[in-house]
Amino acid sequence: MFSPSDLAAIWLTLKLATVTTLLLLLIGTPIAWRLARTRSWWKGPLGAVVAMPLVLPPTVLGFYLLLLMGPNGPVGRFTEWIGIGLLPFSFRGLVVASVIYSLPFVVQPLQNAFEAIGERPLEAAATLRASPLDAFFSVAVPLARPGFLTATILGFAHTVGEFGIVLMIGGNIPDKTRVVSVQIYDHVEAMDYAAAHGLAAGMVAFAFVVLLALYLLNSRGRRS
Amino acid sequence: MRPLLLALLFVTALARADEVQVAVAANFTAPARQLALDFEKETGHKAVLAFGATGKFYAQIRNGAPFEVLLAADDETPAKLEKEGAAINGTRFTYAVGRLALWSAKAGYVDDKGEVLRRNEFRHLALANPRLAPYGAAAVEALTALKLLDANRPNFVQAENTAQAHQFVASGNAELGFVALSQVMKDGRLGEGSAWVVPASLHQTIRQDAVLLAKGRGRAAAEAWLSFLKGERARAAIRGYGYEI
Repeated sequence: MFSPSDLAAIWLTLKLATVTTLLLLLIGTPIAWRLARTRSWWKGPLGAVVAMPLVLPPTVLGFYLLLLMGPNGPVGRFTEWIGIGLLPFSFRGLVVASVIYSLPFVVQPLQNAFEAIGERPLEAAATLRASPLDAFFSVAVPLARPGFLTATILGFAHTVGEFGIVLMIGGNIPDKTRVVSVQIYDHVEAMDYAAAHGLAAGMVAFAFVVLLALYLLNSRGRRS
Repeated sequence: MRPLLLALLFVTALARADEVQVAVAANFTAPARQLALDFEKETGHKAVLAFGATGKFYAQIRNGAPFEVLLAADDETPAKLEKEGAAINGTRFTYAVGRLALWSAKAGYVDDKGEVLRRNEFRHLALANPRLAPYGAAAVEALTALKLLDANRPNFVQAENTAQAHQFVASGNAELGFVALSQVMKDGRLGEGSAWVVPASLHQTIRQDAVLLAKGRGRAAAEAWLSFLKGERARAAIRGYGYEI
């Protein structure tokens, strides 16, 4: 049903989504934690910056990433200086773009989960002489488990569905940047509708299963 | 009140009749903009332009997009639309013959014989996806004819269309790339950077055809736009952008 290049695109997409989700959990957790606990003036600005990819068209993000990460952009100069070369047209570049693009989908569920915990469990942990780090891992993380699940699923699924940015900075290179959404686009543009249907129907099924799983997890979490 | 409303309706109907909705291949963006201005001055009609990939326009037209004229990047898509009844029989004609250019945003980077391809000292060579875009297909044909395809293929970065290939090169992310000559030429001269105009003998002729679509049947503005494109004044302007016609 799928051609070798379709399968390569599927594999690449899963790899990209996995790497991106892991990185997002690492980066997003401290951001969400700070956002949830702080009452400082920068909570608003930071929250707005994190949420911006929700509102900005992917073409805007892609366009600026192309310029910033290019040889004349500050990010491009930096990556060349540290010796990893330019990021556009590379898997690394897609990971960076995906992390930015999917950031709010990971940070916001985590932030909500952390906020729902409230002060008391952490204060209780502190009176038992738990260090803040200890309290975070043995109290906050287990209590925020549904938030982590939601964040992981949404971050992964949203990266799988990414298209506009990849189109702008990917360069459509097999095994490096040609992900499923781009492959579908190519099939449609080349008027190969049969091949497009195979992959597109797969994406629809994937989206439904993911969201159904999320819904079931959430309703179960609420009952228990 | 009622006469005013009627007059308003009449005016809007009139204004709408004066517009022609044109789907334009991305490589023809710059000349089409200028031609639309000239067209409006000459006839009073307004050409409303949409730019994009020809394959996408095909899908949109087949699914009821309100375009009245298609200026395609190839000659196959208009013929196909005609055969499928989405375009009017006998209205097809070649409005431009495209030329391919190897272009870099850096001055002096591309020599006037394309030797830079033989040296292969670059990381990225941008081109439009050969499966989708005639200019991409022409680039692959030219590389094949030069026996340089295998050497250069690992450096390929493929764009959705020639406009995006141009963007990859213009932003410096690709050192050089194959674009339509029309994208880097203005008033008969190379704008910036360096380029090699690929000899037309190295690839199939890039014949770009226009066609009147079913939605444009009997529309005065659409027919005026097509005859304007066939006129010598329009042709001279088109040649100024590096096309042959």
